Amino acid sequence: MQFENDSQQSGRLDSPRRRSMIEHNMNNSAKIAELRHSLARYGLPPDRQPIPLGHPQADSVLGGGLRPGALHEVFASGWSASGFAVLLGILAAGAKPFFWVQPDFEALEYGAVSPHGLAELGGDPRQLILVRTRKGDDALSAASDILGCPHVGALLLEIRGQPKALDLVTSRRLSLAAATSGVSVILLRQSAACEPSAALTRWQVASAPSRDDDEDWGNPLFDARLVRHRAGGLGHFLMQWDSENAVFCEAHSGAVAAAPFHRPADPQIARAV
Amino acid sequence: MPFKAPLVISRKANNALIVHALDARSARLGLYQGQPLANARAMVQPLSIIPSDEKADAALLESIADWCDRFTPLVTLDAPYGLYLDITGAAHLFGGEAAMLALVREKIAAQGFVVRAAIAGTSLAAHALARFAHNTIVPPRGEAAAVAPLPLAALDPDDKTLRALRHAGLKTVGAVAQRQHSELSERLGAGFVTRLRILLGAEEKPLEPRRPLPDLMAEQRFAEPILTEDAIAASLLSLAQHLSEILERQGRGARLLEAVFFRADGKVERITVKTGEPLRDASVMLRLLRQKLDALADPLDPGFGFDLVRLEAVLAEETNPATISFDSHENARQQIGFLIDRLSVRFGAHRVQRFVAQDTHIPEAAGVAVPAQDHDTYANWGPSNWPLKRLPGDPPRRPLRLLERAEEIEAGFPIAPDGPPKFFVWRQCRRDVVRAEGPERIAMEWWRSAGLTRDYFRVETSDGQRFWLYRDGLFRQNGLHPRWYLQGLFA
Repeated sequence: MQFENDSQQSGRLDSPRRRSMIEHNMNNSAKIAELRHSLARYGLPPDRQPIPLGHPQADSVLGGGLRPGALHEVFASGWSASGFAVLLGILAAGAKPFFWVQPDFEALEYGAVSPHGLAELGGDPRQLILVRTRKGDDALSAASDILGCPHVGALLLEIRGQPKALDLVTSRRLSLAAATSGVSVILLRQSAACEPSAALTRWQVASAPSRDDDEDWGNPLFDARLVRHRAGGLGHFLMQWDSENAVFCEAHSGAVAAAPFHRPADPQIARAV
Repeated sequence: MPFKAPLVISRKANNALIVHALDARSARLGLYQGQPLANARAMVQPLSIIPSDEKADAALLESIADWCDRFTPLVTLDAPYGLYLDITGAAHLFGGEAAMLALVREKIAAQGFVVRAAIAGTSLAAHALARFAHNTIVPPRGEAAAVAPLPLAALDPDDKTLRALRHAGLKTVGAVAQRQHSELSERLGAGFVTRLRILLGAEEKPLEPRRPLPDLMAEQRFAEPILTEDAIAASLLSLAQHLSEILERQGRGARLLEAVFFRADGKVERITVKTGEPLRDASVMLRLLRQKLDALADPLDPGFGFDLVRLEAVLAEETNPATISFDSHENARQQIGFLIDRLSVRFGAHRVQRFVAQDTHIPEAAGVAVPAQDHDTYANWGPSNWPLKRLPGDPPRRPLRLLERAEEIEAGFPIAPDGPPKFFVWRQCRRDVVRAEGPERIAMEWWRSAGLTRDYFRVETSDGQRFWLYRDGLFRQNGLHPRWYLQGLFA
C-alpha cells in the first residue's frame, strides 16, 4: 500500500520528487547564468573599487574611474604627452609606492624623471622607486617581479618602439599578474604603433595647447582619446591636470576644441584592437 | 726518463742577477739563496733558470689563502711565502691540533706545494717554528722554551742586527732572550725587543684578517664533491635554514650575506648579497642567492665539484622585535623592502633608486638618486621635504623630466635682448614658441662650480608641448651671443 501511495503522489505537481527535479533545474539555470556572466567577463580584471580620474566624462565612460589591478596602455605622441602616463600612475599609486621602470635609452631619449617635477605636479617623490634597466627586456622582467607584490601601488613601465619581447603573450601575462596582485600597470609607449594587446584601456594622448587667454598657463593639458576599452565605451576628452589637488579636471570652457563624445577613434588604431 | 736540470728562480738585486729560490736538487748541489747567478751557473751546468714573477707569487699566495678559508675564517698573509691561520676555537672541528696540522699539510701538499707548518700561541713563534722546527705544536705558554734552541735567523734580523748579535757571542734565540731587554732595546731598538717578546709568547700582536670576519656562518662539508645545480641549491637551503635559526636565536638579521663555494681543486668562489632590511627568512635568503647566481655573467663553475659550501652573515644587525608584527603598514614596508632587495640583486643596487632632496638651486643637482636599499624614504613618512617652487594654485615651475645633460639648441633671436627666443631648433626640428614665461634667474654656486648664471624660461610651442629652456649667461655681460640649452620637458 505504501508503494502505491508514493506512486500516486509522484504524479502530482507538489510531490517531493517533482519538487527536487524543479529545484535541480533551477539550480542549473542559475549555474548557467553564472557561467554566462563569467564568460562575458572572461579576461577582464576582477572588480575593484575604481580610482576616479576627476574628469566627469572620462570617469563615466570608465565606469567610475581607472580600474586598479589592470593593464592600461598610453600611446604618447610628443614629449609632453608622456606626462599623462605619469599622472595616471600618481593617481593609481595612491599612498603606496610608485615604481617606475625605465630602460637607459628611454631616459636618454625622453629625459629622466625629475623628483622636483613630480612634486610640483602633486606627487610625492618619496613614494617613487625608479628601476633603471639596461634593456627593454630587463624592464619587462623587472615588471613581472614588481607585479608580484600586492603592496605596490602602481607600476609605470616605459617601453619605446615595438620590442619583440612585448607581444600579446607578454601583455596578457602582465595583465594577469596585475589582476592577481591588484597593482595597476601603466604601460607608456612612445614612438610605437598600436598592436594587439591584453590591455583593459588604451589611450592615445597628445599634448593640447593652452588657451589663448589663460594667464596661468602651464598646467598639463592633454588631448586624450580612449581608443580601446574592454569593459565599456570609448571617448575623446580634453583633460587638464590640477596640480594642487593631484587630480584631472575638465579644461576650462573656451578650450581649443570641444571634445566630441564617442568620436570614432583613429581607424588604424581601432583596427589594432 | 728525460734528465731535468736543477731549477733555480732568478731575481735582479742591485743590478745583478741572484738566486731567488731553488729546488731541492740544486740545494743539494750547494747552491743557496742570494747567491750571484753567475756563480751558480759556474757551479752547476746545466741549470734551468726562470726569472721570478713576484706578482704571480702574490696571486698564488692569495689563492692558497682563499682555499685555507675552509679551515678558519681568519687567514692572513705572511708575505711573501707564508700564511697565518688563526685556529683559535677551530681545531676541535678537525680532531684536535695535531690532526688539523697534519690535514692542512696533507691537503696543501696534495696540490703540489712543499709545506712547512707549526702551531704556536703567537704569530711570530709559529712563523719561526715553521721555518726552523716545523711540525712543532707548542703547548700553551711554551713558546719561550720552544723557540730557545732556534738559531738567530729565526728572529728575522737584518744584517746589522745579526752582526751585532754575533759579536756579542749570542748564537740562539734563547741566549738572546736571557739578556736584559732594556739592554737589547738600547742597543738594537725597541722594535727588536717587541719582536722578541712576541716570539717568546710574552706579547701578542693580533692578526689582521684579509677580509671582514663574518658575524655568523654556517657551512656544510661534502665527502663527495657536489656538482649539480640541484645539489648546490639544496645545500644552500639547508645552510640558510641553519643560519636563520642562529639569527633567530640571537634576535638578529643578516644585512650582508656571502655564499662561499670551495672547489675541490682549490678555487674559491664568492657570491655576495646585500639586503636593505635585516633578513632572517631562509626562503628569502635562498631566493636572493639563486637570483644572484642566475645573474652571474660567467656562471658558477663547479669544476670537479665543491667540497665545502659556506653561508656567512658577514654583517648581522639586531632586528627590532617589532618588525615581526601584524601591523599591516609594517608588513607592507617589509614586503617592499624584499622587492627592492630582489631587484637590486638582479639589476645592481645602483639601478634601483630613490630620490633625496638636496639643498641647492641648481636643477640638475636638486634631486639625487640613491640606491633604494640604503635609503628607506618610505619609513620616515611625514610631511614631504620636497620644497615646491610654485605658489599654491600655480602651474608647475619644474619639468617632470630632465634631460641627462642639457642639450644645446639653436635659438631664434629673442624679441627683447634678455627675453625668450621666438623659435628654437632642437633635435633637428624647428619649434615656434607661442608662450613663454620667465626669466627665472638661477646663479651658479660660486663655492662649488664656476658656471654662468642661467635665465630659465618655460615655453610652449605651437603644438602644445612645454619645454624648459635656459640661456647660459647674461646678455651683454657674458657676450652678445649667449648659448641656449634645453634642459627639461614639462608634462
